[in-house]
Amino acid sequence: MLRLPKFNLVSPKSIDEVVQALADSKGRGRILAGGTDLLPNLKHEFIEADIVVSLGEVDELRGIEVSADGGLSIGPLTSLADIASNEHVLRIAPALAQAAGTVAGPQHRIMGTIGGNVMLDTRCQWINQSHFWRSSLGFCLKKDGTACHVVEGGSRCVAAASNDTAAALASLGASLDFQNAPTEHGDGKRTLEFEALFKADGAWNKKVTPTELLTRIHIPATPRGHRGGYVKLRLRGSIDFPLLGVASRLDLDEAGKIEHADLVVIALQARPTRVRKAAKLLIGTTPGQANYDTAVAQVMDAAYKQCTPLPNIPGDHEWRQEMVPVYVKRALAAALG
Amino acid sequence: MGARDQHGSGAPWGDDFRAVGKSLRKIEGLSKATGEAVYADDIVLPGMLHAKTLRSPHAHARIVSIDASKALALEGVHAVITGADLPTKYGVIPWTKDENALAVDKVRFIGDEVAAVAAVDEDTANAAVRLIEVEYEELYSYFEPEESLERHEPAIHEKNKHGNVSKHVELDFGDVDAAFASADVVLEDDFVFHGSTHAAIEPHCAVARTSADGLVTLWSSTQITHYVQREVSRVLGIPQSRLRVIQPVLGGAFGGKSDPFSLEFVVSKLALITGRPVKMLWTREEVFYAHRGRHPMNLRYKTGVTKDGQITGVDAKILIDGGSYSSFGLVTTYYSGQLLTGPYDFPSYRFNSTRVFTNKPPCGPKRGHGSVQPRFAFEIQLDELAEAIDMDPIELRRKNDIGESTKTVNGQRVTSNGFGRCLDEVERASEWKSRRGKLPMGAGLGVAGSMYISGTNYPIYPNDMPQAGIQLKVDRSGLVTAFTGGNDIGQGSSSVVRTILCEELGLDPLDVRVVAADTDLCPVDLGAYSSRVTFMVGNATIDACRKLRKLIVEAVAAKWEIDAKRVYLGTGEVFDTDERETKITTREAFEIAEAFHDTLGSTGAYNTPTLGGDYRGGSIGASPAYSFTAHVVEVDVDTETGMIDLKNVWVAHDCGRALNPMLVAGQMEGSAYMGIVEAVFENHRVNRFGLHSGPSLLDYPLATSVDTPELHALIVESIDPEGPYGGKEAGEGPLHPALPALSNAIFDAVGIRLRELPFTPGRVLAALREKAAADSQTGGTSC
Ligand SMILES: Cc1cc2nc3c(=O)[nH]c(=O)nc-3n(C[C@H](O)[C@H](O)[C@H](O)COP(=O)(O)OP(=O)(O)OC[C@H]3O[C@@H](n4cnc5c(N)ncnc54)[C@H](O)[C@@H]3O)c2cc1C
Ligand code: SF4
Repeated sequence: MLRLPKFNLVSPKSIDEVVQALADSKGRGRILAGGTDLLPNLKHEFIEADIVVSLGEVDELRGIEVSADGGLSIGPLTSLADIASNEHVLRIAPALAQAAGTVAGPQHRIMGTIGGNVMLDTRCQWINQSHFWRSSLGFCLKKDGTACHVVEGGSRCVAAASNDTAAALASLGASLDFQNAPTEHGDGKRTLEFEALFKADGAWNKKVTPTELLTRIHIPATPRGHRGGYVKLRLRGSIDFPLLGVASRLDLDEAGKIEHADLVVIALQARPTRVRKAAKLLIGTTPGQANYDTAVAQVMDAAYKQCTPLPNIPGDHEWRQEMVPVYVKRALAAALG
Repeated sequence: MGARDQHGSGAPWGDDFRAVGKSLRKIEGLSKATGEAVYADDIVLPGMLHAKTLRSPHAHARIVSIDASKALALEGVHAVITGADLPTKYGVIPWTKDENALAVDKVRFIGDEVAAVAAVDEDTANAAVRLIEVEYEELYSYFEPEESLERHEPAIHEKNKHGNVSKHVELDFGDVDAAFASADVVLEDDFVFHGSTHAAIEPHCAVARTSADGLVTLWSSTQITHYVQREVSRVLGIPQSRLRVIQPVLGGAFGGKSDPFSLEFVVSKLALITGRPVKMLWTREEVFYAHRGRHPMNLRYKTGVTKDGQITGVDAKILIDGGSYSSFGLVTTYYSGQLLTGPYDFPSYRFNSTRVFTNKPPCGPKRGHGSVQPRFAFEIQLDELAEAIDMDPIELRRKNDIGESTKTVNGQRVTSNGFGRCLDEVERASEWKSRRGKLPMGAGLGVAGSMYISGTNYPIYPNDMPQAGIQLKVDRSGLVTAFTGGNDIGQGSSSVVRTILCEELGLDPLDVRVVAADTDLCPVDLGAYSSRVTFMVGNATIDACRKLRKLIVEAVAAKWEIDAKRVYLGTGEVFDTDERETKITTREAFEIAEAFHDTLGSTGAYNTPTLGGDYRGGSIGASPAYSFTAHVVEVDVDTETGMIDLKNVWVAHDCGRALNPMLVAGQMEGSAYMGIVEAVFENHRVNRFGLHSGPSLLDYPLATSVDTPELHALIVESIDPEGPYGGKEAGEGPLHPALPALSNAIFDAVGIRLRELPFTPGRVLAALREKAAADSQTGGTSC
């Protein structure tokens, strides 16, 4: 078995203690939730840590509640299995439940958390490998090297955001509460719109640092006619990361006409890809009627043009591109159930 | 064949079998389920050191220098060794010894072993490995077999006489050209078989210990204890009698543990140097580098048939990508041609197979060694021929069934043959007649057949001693212990031994122990490969039991003063058949026998008869009995994505007699799974740097339970005249037809012929598109 490098493990009991421990780590700390991403990455040595701060005993980070506005407030330590089966999530944010239910395999979903999924590191066939393996090709830009093996001559890492729930959360307009240790300048708290979390750099695709604690996920209320779906391309029916993931959102009015539509694609590049313009073509059409079918065909076409998978994650990227329109269509169908 | 090796196929004592044919639970089943079983990595010895390997980061390079001084200086490091410490070359085949435990002068693939460290714990050993400094001079690397065929400088193995060609075999049987001239339809096509690996759940592990008087004990997760003992003793210069090799409980092998491996030499050497026990456990990544999996092959087949479906001749040309070492490659090259000549009767046949070296992880034997790839190509070609002459593909196969008690075109003797019944069974169970060609677009059925060996009479190193030996020890408590060299790798060989003891001596399964694969204790068996164990160890066990039974019956007869013929022993009690009330237990009979003869025991052995064609290589692939298989596969093809949904596999397999139907069915299901998954999910390959494309179980996907089709095991029993009670193999044969039957099913489903593996969705979509374009040109319909 690959050995886990040595680090100090601390298990605080409150958010305040967590952020303090992280501040004390001077940037050499890492947050451990379910560990299903962090531990393999530590073993592969492209993430290093002197101190690992376990969230396991911080009960205030758990739980799913319906908030006053009828939306959802979710603790980041909630397991993916719970998200996938929770009745409020299924009702208010069906795309999120579907996405959580497709992450990895059943055991991972019990260990793995929604916070860990939001904060999942990017993935690339050239980085998610052992130190020896990476050393034999002189490493790469993301860690220890100077070249990218995906984009020859590229100066920026294009490893792919591969978190299934990110597509769904983006389509739901979620926002995220983060917390750092308080300083003389402030309480260390901030809230980011979900999409504002991400930047187009696969080396670290987030605008927060690795030691900033995600404390809450908010999902605004969805209208009564809200429909949401998530479909995922993968070779096996379980375990595998997405080769492509598409979340769809369709809010219907009382007559069944689409008032608001959204599509978000994951596993292309370092940030989730919103195909909003394409989705707009659906507004005003009514599922079941010809105008909807015509619009879907246009949306598929537009999505195909906007989304260009790279050979960053394993698998045939040309085939992945061909699957964009197919999975857009299927995501819309999944929303309509 | 000596008379001692033939035992008849019926129930030995009376009309019915008592243990044979019963689905007895595996001998080690409960201990595995409870965690009590001791695998190699469970072995922890006082003072034990841990060893790790430094591997080559280059695909092909000369080693200029190695400096281990920093590693040696690290606290906790006990020893560092390099190729200079183990300079003797080894290899499982005596004619092609081209491996070193640690590289001498050269490395030949990324992952090749260069140096090893023994230290107080794994982390220290790993840290020390990174401190070893190696200077390399890179050499030109070969990743394409076609190139190795053409270019020989630099040679991957400088001492090899034929440049980068590892083995070439050409054999001709009958007039193939005339056969094509007389055929009504001749088809010729290219096929590509990709690489795949075994992915046994247990990574390789070895532990060695030396004693003060110089004896060495090596525990290793191997399926060939005997060959490991031979090679390790030779390389280390220890007499075989002083090297004890033990195989602990094994977590799967599938051919991936049938070579001697670097770690076995390394831990033994390090134990000798340090005087401490040494363990090495490979990571999953290291197992992928060690590989020895299925060879990629480029195959060209040409086959002729008459209008009424008679095969007239077959011509095969095969290029085999061997990777960096020979391993079993000599045998692979022969098998690629020699094992195709059944279950169909070809009047003429020729093949031309060439194995070349490339700078990739070495290939070797994987379940269905050397014959799965040709079978893939040939069974697709048969399907195409059936289509060309407008004949049902099952019918075509039936028509050419070679039958029983006959000889193949290359001179292999066929005894029992249940292939016709296998075809009947899959045809019936899949409702072939009412469904094939009639399912909705996207759904389809495909068939394929195959034949495989139950061991061969080629013993790897030529010798006249038995291929399988066993020894029985009888205890006055009523316990019988069998000592067998046979490697139980999860396939159930020790369970088969137990079943036979129960049958022959009327014992309760709990009154039988089986001690296996320990070279100090057990007579030699050649190991678990070529599906030889049930047949050979089974016959040896019957032999030993019958000798023992004779002793017991003789002693009881003397005591009762009756003729030995009147003594019945077989159901846990021993009685006089003329006076039934004269009755004792088996245990009492053992006591009588021990008193009469002194300490009781017996030995048994098996050797194959002289078999095979009278030409060079004629004995390779010559088996005392062949198993036969037919599959029907049902698929659903998603024409939008190109993804294949595996629905059903019906596997009919002729295993002679099913000594334990549950274990036979398990082998059939496991084989069918392994074969079909190879076609859809697996691809063992290197990337553009020559580096393994993803040495982990995430990047190298195996089907999960949700991806696995329904597997229907249909046992066919042909009762072989020479097998133990008529039994034959069931471990490898049932894999073969899965891949071509899948291709044939895809043709039925969507009208495309997939001749290149793996069947990735991208490839399926491209073929669908090509077909649509062709159809629109010819005005044809899609399927
Ligand atoms: C075999 C396998 C298959 C997988 N397949 C998938 C898949 O299909 N789809 C998918 O999306 N993922 C997949 N994963 C990844 C992983 O299981 C999931 O993403 C899971 O949700 C991660 O959650 P975790 O709690 O285990 O995260 P951890 O491993 O504990 O953390 C992941 C990252 O998030 C950070 N983090 C965790 N919690 C917080 C917090 N509250 N605030 C700030 N930072 C935090 C950690 O520091 C770390 O960098 C797979 C993993 C494996 C091993
Ligand atoms: S995208 Fe390039 S830099 Fe980033 S991980 Fe992959 S190879 Fe490395």
